[in-house]
This record gives sequence, structure tokens and C-alpha cells, in this order.
Amino acid sequence: MEFEAVIGMEVHVELNSKSKVFCPCSTNFHAPANTNVCPVCLGMPGSLPVMNKDMVDKSVAVGLALNCTISRWSKMDRKNYFYPDLAKNYQISQYDLPLCYSGYMDVESDGHVRRVGITRAHMEEDTARNTHTIGNGESGVDFNRSGVPLLEIVTEPDIRSAQEAFDYLTQLKQILQYLNVSDCNMEEGSLRAEANISVRPKGSTPFGTKTEVKNVASFSGTMKAIDFEIKRQIQVIRDGGTIVQETRGWDADRGITFSQRMKESAHDYRYFPEPDLVPIVVDEAWELRIHEQQPELPNPRKHRFEADYGIPAYDAMVLTLTKSMADFFEATVAAGADAKKAANWIMGDLQALCSEAKRELGEEVLSPAHLAEMIRMIDAGEISGKIAKEVLAEMFASGKAPKTIVEEKGLVQISDSDALRESICQVLADNTPQVEQYKAGKERVIGFLVGQVMKATQGKANPQMVNELLKEELSKLS
Amino acid sequence: MSKITKEDVIYVASLAQLELDEAAQERLVHEMGDVINYMDKLNALDTDQVEPMMHALRMTNVLREDVVGESLSREAALKNAPKHDDEYFIVPKILENDNA
Repeated sequence: MEFEAVIGMEVHVELNSKSKVFCPCSTNFHAPANTNVCPVCLGMPGSLPVMNKDMVDKSVAVGLALNCTISRWSKMDRKNYFYPDLAKNYQISQYDLPLCYSGYMDVESDGHVRRVGITRAHMEEDTARNTHTIGNGESGVDFNRSGVPLLEIVTEPDIRSAQEAFDYLTQLKQILQYLNVSDCNMEEGSLRAEANISVRPKGSTPFGTKTEVKNVASFSGTMKAIDFEIKRQIQVIRDGGTIVQETRGWDADRGITFSQRMKESAHDYRYFPEPDLVPIVVDEAWELRIHEQQPELPNPRKHRFEADYGIPAYDAMVLTLTKSMADFFEATVAAGADAKKAANWIMGDLQALCSEAKRELGEEVLSPAHLAEMIRMIDAGEISGKIAKEVLAEMFASGKAPKTIVEEKGLVQISDSDALRESICQVLADNTPQVEQYKAGKERVIGFLVGQVMKATQGKANPQMVNELLKEELSKLS
Repeated sequence: MSKITKEDVIYVASLAQLELDEAAQERLVHEMGDVINYMDKLNALDTDQVEPMMHALRMTNVLREDVVGESLSREAALKNAPKHDDEYFIVPKILENDNA
């Protein structure tokens, strides 16, 4: 029997508001433990929450980007459970009236498009962070994270493979970064993904029993965990067993999921409306204001790059991976550079320089006008492509204009035929054996001779001219 | 006739991490039952024409701007904790990770 996987994703994303959702404490991740805390986020009796408007703005922006309906009326609820990371013994979240619902995302995966329904995106507060570094059977709790704005994005069970789940996460992260609503740093926990996974015989409608995989540190880890879980479930069923509904962790070292025992009562959250917070009304004017501020999103931008700049689909995909790179590309083209050439330099040498320096490409790193000028200088034969690589590295390091660098370093390409002819004649005089070979019909030798001329001119000769002039001079000799 | 059984009371008490003796359990079967019965009375009303109330106050959008304000000092924050060290609140070792 053939099986198919049914996967739904839950993603928690910490929004990058400066202050917490219900109090003015800073959200700075790097602050010393328990210094961004106050009576509200410590859950002290009598303290009252006041909602951060920025959280609503950013949540609406995400909702719109995911094609959601934005609730005109929305409210906060209490989700009740006991856990040491939750001082109030309830988390303020949203239950029956989430801010955003009924959306979708068209996920491009392996050459096909999977429309993944977005059930809801709701606002809540993050919990405190437990450290396990303290001995004596005790844990330390840091409340800096308590109350950081958290958006939970839940999909319909529309995903059918580990690869699709990976592509969904990658494209969701890309959208969140374009919107500039989160730093999406998985290592710091600002993006956390959980997968609900079940399998069923292919073609059948009812869902199988699902398991939930959480606490995976990366998207690729999530993909591997899902892949493992699908195979495990199929094997269990083939062996005549049944799937137990449970939460499973991921052991990255051993490459397996494992059962995490949990009390069933832990899931009876007894939600009720949060009496300390009044309803949130996002009227049409508010929604429209956010809509008008939305940047162009990665997918439409990718298609526009193909159409407007005539660059290959692959280039458009790479260039739109981050908003900063896409902006940089457009600024370079706007400064007069040929689109395909700009794309090649950005995706190649510049990207390599950035990743080596661990910097994100942007105008702070390099002036797009300088890159455009450098490309023009290559086209005009003022510098060779080889020298341009050196110039680019220097532009990247010093921020100087390419012209300045070329002048300072004396890198101007020799396109003066008299000067070149002089070097060529010298090379021919110094390499008579090779010249004889050439005359004897071994034309490949010309490559060696070109190399000698380039060496003699310290790489500054215009290679095309060297080729032509060399052939000319050789023909005179024969 | 009460809709609340003793099992319900024990279950709800366990969710709230309360330990109830026999007498308290008996008493709560009745008290909780009374509350539920009272709610049923409200259910009997025809509320088709009544807009749902979302909050006791007729207010919406009480919001603050995203501005960082002052926090407590760490000393002050930790002061009332039953157990703490120089940096952290100290709790019994956490084994499961079931945060939402």
C-alpha cells in the first residue's frame, strides 16, 4: 500500500517591536538575565497589561502578506496552564477571535506550487526562558523573554512532504524578513517551528493519528525530523501497530524522533476572555494604512525581475532571496548597469565577499553606483574582468570608488596598441621555441604566449587586444 | 439535579493544582452545579437580537506606543522570589518542555 503524508505547521515568530507586548520593558535579547522585567511581565498581582500597538500593526502586516482576512473585532484570551516559565499561570493569547484567519501561501516547491492554507495567525506573549545550567536538581528562569510579542501562524494540513514543509518555512521566513517584522533568528529562538504529521493510505480522505514534532533548531533539522517521522509512522502501520498521538522531540545526533511523555491534562487550557484587555478593533482605515505600507513581496518581485530585467528565473530567485539583495540589485541597475552583468557580479563575487565577511549585502556594505561604474569600466575596456575582481574586493573593503582604486593602484588596463605591441614583441623574442611550435602548426601554443604577455604587463593588458595583436605579429613572422 | 459530578470536581481541582478533602469535594459538587444551572437559565433567554458582548467595558483599542520604558532592577525583581541566585529565579528542575 502506498502512503501519503499529511502535514500542518505551527510557527511561532517573535516580532521585533522595541518593547514587550503588555509592558514597556525592552525586548533586547542580549540583555543580562532578569533585567528587562517589571511587575507586568513578572506576573505580579495587581499589575495590568496595556497592549503594544506595534504588535497589532506588524501582525496585520503578516496577515495581509499571507492573504488572511483581518478580524474587525478581535480579543485576547487567557490560556491556563502551570509551568515555571509562566508566572501568571496563564498565557495571554487569542482563542476564538484571532486577529488574522483564512489565508493562504503559494509555496513553490520542486517545480510545483502548493497552496498551503493559513488557518490563523494570532497574537500572544512569549514565555520566560528556562536555563538548565543550575545544578542541585534546579533550573534558573530568566523573565527577559516573558511578554515578548509572539505571533503564532498555523497552517491547514495541506503540506504533503518534508521538502514542502521546508519550502513553506523558508518562504515564510523570507516574507517575514521582507516585512521587517522579525529578525527570524532561529538560534536565538525568534522563529520556532512545529510540525503536525500523520500518514494515510494514498487516496483516502480521513486523517491518520498525528504526532507533533517540536524543538528542532533549524529548518533543515525540521525537514529531516519530518522525513524520519513519516517513515516511522508508515513502518509502524505496516507492522500492524497503531500511531500514538504524542509530542516527539528530535535527536539531531542520532537522526531520530523520540517520544516526549506528557500529561494529557496539560492540554485542557480552559480559555476564557482576558478581562484586563479590551477588544481590538482594526477598522478598514487601519487595515488600509498597513496595506499601503506593505513592501513588494518576494514572489511577485521575483516574477517582476524576470519580466522587467530579462534575467533568468534562477537569477531572479537568488536575487530576491533577501530584500536587501533585491534592493541592491535594483539600485545597481538604476545607476546604469546592465541587469545580467549586475546580477552576475552580485550573485558571484559580491556574495562571496559578503559571506566571507559575514555581512549582509546592502548599501552600507557597497555603493550600488560604484558597482555600476565598475561594470561600465569593464565594458569600456578600461579594466579587465580579472582586474575588476581585485577592484571589487577593494571597493568592498575600503568603500572607495572604482576609478579612485584603479588610479591609486595603477590598475588601468593597457588598451594602447603600441604599448602592447612592444610587450608582445619582447615575449616573442624571449620564447622562440614556442614561436617555432606555432609556426609548425601547433596553434594551442598561443594560449601560453597570451599568458606570458599578461604576466609581462602584470595582468593589465586588455586580453582581447593581446589575442588579436599576437596573431598579427605571429603572422608577420611566418 | 446537578450536572457536576464528583469526578468533574476532582478533575478541575487537579487542573488548578488544588488538593480538596472529601468535604470540600461534596460542597463543590453542589456549588459548581448551582453555577452551571444558573448559566442554563441564561441560555433559556432568546438572545437572537442581542449583540454578543465581548467585554464588560464598552471600550476598544486601549493601546500604547512602542516605546521602551523603565524596568525593575534585578535585585528588586528577584527580591520576593522564594528562591533565587544572583541572576535567576530558581525553580525545581524542569524536565519537560511543554511551553506553548
